[in-house]
Amino acid sequence: MNDSKLYRKKRLATHISELPKSGIREFFDIVNNVEDVISLGVGEPDFVTPWQICEAAIYSIEKGHTGYTSNLGLYSLRKEICKYLESDYGCSYRPDNECIVTVGVSEAFDLAIRAITNPGDEIIYFEPCYVSYNAEIRMAFGVPVALETHEENEFSIDVEAVRSKITPKTKAIILNFPCNPTGGTLNSRQMQELAALAVENNLIVLTDEIYSELTYEGRLPSIASLPGMKERCIFLHGFSKAFAMTGFRIGFACGPEDIIGTMMKIHQYSMMCASTVAQEAAEEALKNGRREMEKMREEYMQRRNLMVKGLNEAGLKCLKPKGAFYAFPSIKNTGLTSNDFAKKFLEQHKVAVIPGTAFGPCGEGYVRCCYAASVENIQEALRRMALFVESLR
Amino acid sequence: MNEKILNLLNGNARISSSEIAARLEKSQQEIESAISKMEDDGIIRGYKVILNEDATNDSSVRALIEVRVTPERDGGFNNVAKRICRFPEVTDVYLVSGDYDLRVEVKGESLQDVAAFVHSKLATINGVISTATMFLLKKYKEAGKIMDGEDSYERLKIVP
Ligand SMILES: Cc1ncc(COP(=O)(O)O)c(C=O)c1O
Repeated sequence: MNDSKLYRKKRLATHISELPKSGIREFFDIVNNVEDVISLGVGEPDFVTPWQICEAAIYSIEKGHTGYTSNLGLYSLRKEICKYLESDYGCSYRPDNECIVTVGVSEAFDLAIRAITNPGDEIIYFEPCYVSYNAEIRMAFGVPVALETHEENEFSIDVEAVRSKITPKTKAIILNFPCNPTGGTLNSRQMQELAALAVENNLIVLTDEIYSELTYEGRLPSIASLPGMKERCIFLHGFSKAFAMTGFRIGFACGPEDIIGTMMKIHQYSMMCASTVAQEAAEEALKNGRREMEKMREEYMQRRNLMVKGLNEAGLKCLKPKGAFYAFPSIKNTGLTSNDFAKKFLEQHKVAVIPGTAFGPCGEGYVRCCYAASVENIQEALRRMALFVESLR
Repeated sequence: MNEKILNLLNGNARISSSEIAARLEKSQQEIESAISKMEDDGIIRGYKVILNEDATNDSSVRALIEVRVTPERDGGFNNVAKRICRFPEVTDVYLVSGDYDLRVEVKGESLQDVAAFVHSKLATINGVISTATMFLLKKYKEAGKIMDGEDSYERLKIVP
């Protein structure tokens, strides 16, 4: 028995074996054993993909467009992506060598990290954050350097704190604003200071803009559009959240030619290309899907208002997030840990929320509640939340 | 704000004023008075239920009637349209572009009922040139709602 354990240990890659299981994954297994759960634990739109996008996918199959595409992705899609980034984000990229279509932002992120990380390179990111960042950096033999964001700052960043973490080994900074799980955003002063800091220290900026379309009080131009950023910024974005296309698995990266070229090498050897059907659907989304997307955004915003009001009324202090589709209320006044809170709430009231610690240690004292759920479910969950919080007093 | 309220009512006329208030970050009082005002001003004319008649034992018959009309020098199609509107069996009347002028929807107890209405009442109105009646056989979608429930599929409950 010991022998077989030893053997197993040897046959697996050590740096992967050492990675912890995602905190969300653990919770997933618990939730799956409870019937009739109301879930605020998802991280995807509850809308079905707008029909004209689905239709484009069906049409693509009907036309027999079922082969590979070029490694970088369909040229017509890349052209459309670059047009979109120019008009909506103020960034200009060339479709032929500064844009790559990927299997979701997930792949784009993986490619970007692997393309820029040498063993020992330090990469700064902000917690609480999306569950993959830390693991992705470690899988590329980089050193994750986490900075905390806090409720007092509306989960935004402190540029001076970033400066204090920079060492000669610092290679890049990862941004994700609007943020999963906090909904935090950056203002233009912060973006400018951060951009200046990156230029000054010759750092790469990796900006995960997957929630950028879901910004509720007006969107600022991307940090990628600021002076000096073009040659050091990797812009990651995708169709999952904005167009309710998570299952299509389609995203993209734009950036300087050398970085995109290097990402392309990995993509070429490990992925070939993104799904052709999904690429054609994505092209339709950019060409004709905006109105539907705006309708969904308006609906999310209204649900956010409902959710935030309800959480505060239930006795949990919750900021009004400016973007994404998550509320991140504080549960500190209940005296429970995030994990206990989420587990007890699930056991006693059959509502799933995600413990903040799944997104980094500083998520302790918070839970993530996704409001991309039906209003009926949100209201029922809030009603139960009020009962639960009351019972803890 | 009115536009947003109307959008919400259009999606679900039974939405509570407290839900509208929470969605739009207004007080319930403000929402209720905005709605009353729109009702008083005749912007909101009524609220209607979208039914799947196949699932009830409603055996009534519906028909769309294309009506061609000679317009009058004063008033164009308005007078004829208004006369048609008065009949209780008429549920909807639109002036349309194309091969005919008025698109009239009627509802009756039976086929004979509707047929009688068309030839004895509608066709005999002064100014009506011709009618073409199409009985509705099956409703697939009304007011944005698809009748046959789509298969629901189980989404993941926990996603990062
Ligand atoms: C911040 C963030 N980045 C990336 C992703 C992955 O998205 P995609 O579906 O494009 O791979 C997610 C999904 O939850 C996310 O929240």
